[in-house]
Amino acid sequence: MAGRLAAAPGVLFVMFLLVVLFAVLRPVFLSLPNLIDIGLQSAILLIIAIPQTMIILSEGIDISSGAVLSLCGVVLAMVLVAGGPVHLAFLAALATAVGFGAFNGALICLVGMPAFVVTLGSLGMAEGIAEILTDGNVVVGLPNGFEAFYSAKPLGVPVPILIAALVYLVAHVILYHTRFGTYVFAIGGNREALMLSGVPARWYHIGIYALGGGFIAIASLLLTARMNSGHPTVAIGMEFDAIAAVALGGTSFERGQGWLLGTLLGVLAIGILRNGLDLLMVPSSLQGVSVGILVIVTMLIDRRGARVS
Amino acid sequence: MSASASAPSRTVSGPAWGPDVLHAVYRLAAVLLLSLVLSFFSHAFLSWGNILNVLRQASLLFLIASGLTLVILTAGLDLSVGANLGLSAGVAAVVMHATGSALLGSFTALTCGAVIGLANGIMVARLRIPSFIATYGMLWVCSGITYYFMGGGAIYGFPAGFRALGTGYLFRVPIPIYVMVAFLAAGTLITHRTTFGQDIFAIGANAVAARLSGIPVRGRLVAVYAISGAMAGFAAIIYLARVDSAEAGIGEPLLLPAVAAVLIGGTSLFGGMGGLFGTMTGALLLTLVLNGMNLLTIDANWQPFATGVIVLLALLIDTITRRHSERRA
Repeated sequence: MAGRLAAAPGVLFVMFLLVVLFAVLRPVFLSLPNLIDIGLQSAILLIIAIPQTMIILSEGIDISSGAVLSLCGVVLAMVLVAGGPVHLAFLAALATAVGFGAFNGALICLVGMPAFVVTLGSLGMAEGIAEILTDGNVVVGLPNGFEAFYSAKPLGVPVPILIAALVYLVAHVILYHTRFGTYVFAIGGNREALMLSGVPARWYHIGIYALGGGFIAIASLLLTARMNSGHPTVAIGMEFDAIAAVALGGTSFERGQGWLLGTLLGVLAIGILRNGLDLLMVPSSLQGVSVGILVIVTMLIDRRGARVS
Repeated sequence: MSASASAPSRTVSGPAWGPDVLHAVYRLAAVLLLSLVLSFFSHAFLSWGNILNVLRQASLLFLIASGLTLVILTAGLDLSVGANLGLSAGVAAVVMHATGSALLGSFTALTCGAVIGLANGIMVARLRIPSFIATYGMLWVCSGITYYFMGGGAIYGFPAGFRALGTGYLFRVPIPIYVMVAFLAAGTLITHRTTFGQDIFAIGANAVAARLSGIPVRGRLVAVYAISGAMAGFAAIIYLARVDSAEAGIGEPLLLPAVAAVLIGGTSLFGGMGGLFGTMTGALLLTLVLNGMNLLTIDANWQPFATGVIVLLALLIDTITRRHSERRA
């Protein structure tokens, strides 16, 4: 039994401790409206943490996803403000995100450039394009119905949580019930072996990054609706939370080891932490610091567990 | 690790001047060519004032990028240098205003930078967290702390004697340029003429082989990250002296240019190849491009985009060269 406890992922310990701590300090933490709030706050993060999980499973990383998300939001908002229909705006955002994903993927998988510097470079490019498009201003004046879509509650469940749940299910099917998903793990485990067995691993590898763009476009839809505007730099830094969530969930940065459920737990742990710190009036600038500390603590717990087994 | 004459150019212990110097000469030629082109397009470019301005900007960039160069030579990465500069500048500004002592403030910046670097080193060498993850986390930790204690405000107005470090002249040449040359000389001596420097190249070329041949890899790595942090702290001093103001958010935009300077300078992201002289030419080239864009009145919003493209181009060249040399070996 003790052995099984040691094998439990560190993120569960951490989540349990956080829930107890915040529930004691601020009883309102456990109220239903607040729990729904946590879900709302976590929805967008979950949607961009999922492709980050797949990319990290393939031994890569995407530092640009926050900047690309901001850019997609700007593109989406500009098309809507220009009078374009929602599906056209979404297609424009989708093309932007998938374009950046395929660009990153091609440089990483075909040329063999290190993922963290490639995506650092495309972070600069995406941020630059967003600044050029908007001249540094916020895009406002979106049609009225758009914000209503974010706050709608069919069957009492807020739309963002519904969409996030749907996206998670789709990602689960892709990762665990398709050939593509199997290859994601295999590319991280041993790409050479996969290529030698005749699989066009490079193209699947690029596909991981391009698919990631699709998730980012969905996230940009929710982000723009939530803020009812397009802001050129608003989501820069959100990739830090996404990477932290993946690390919290116990996905390794090497050898294609990890799981999608861990990322969901990691996203919830970060949502709980930020919400609890909000209730305790801790300024958001210090919340990023505590997310970093949380990741290190969890990694240390997981390492101890690994040593025991 | 024999230094036999027939050994290929990338032996660790051999003198590192040969091909490196040649590459640096190419880059200097590129600097001259770019300057020539820019002087055709803009008459302001070749003015004494603008040349000094470029050199002064390049010297600050070089200081940040020099510590980063050492880290990249070990096949690691320090993404926290920009945010580290921001935090060190903020802390130093607070101390300088509270005590009125420029010396104490400068000491604080150096210490703050070195402690951040030390923490990076411990995470990378002891806890074995991949360097880009550890230092990327540190980026946001530094950034968060800076925003917390600086709020939205700025701290400005430092003693004139201190400001001379950033804005003063000696024989009509700005003082930061002397600082750059001094650090370039000292850094080159350390990397190419000491065992510490050779160890750095050896770790970058093959960390396992380095450990097996008796190099204290962990200790060296911690030292390299601490130096990188201390250089960011030192750059913070020069920044404060030049701009005369500290506020949150000043450091983060400096990360991409610093990485660009190192990569343009020919230091390989795969470790073990490159040096500080290349980084100096890289800083010069990047500053020239950005300065040229300014003079040609291209919207400043294009600068992050241009820097991103330059990083990717430099990395593309690095990767392709690396592949070719591997294929030949």
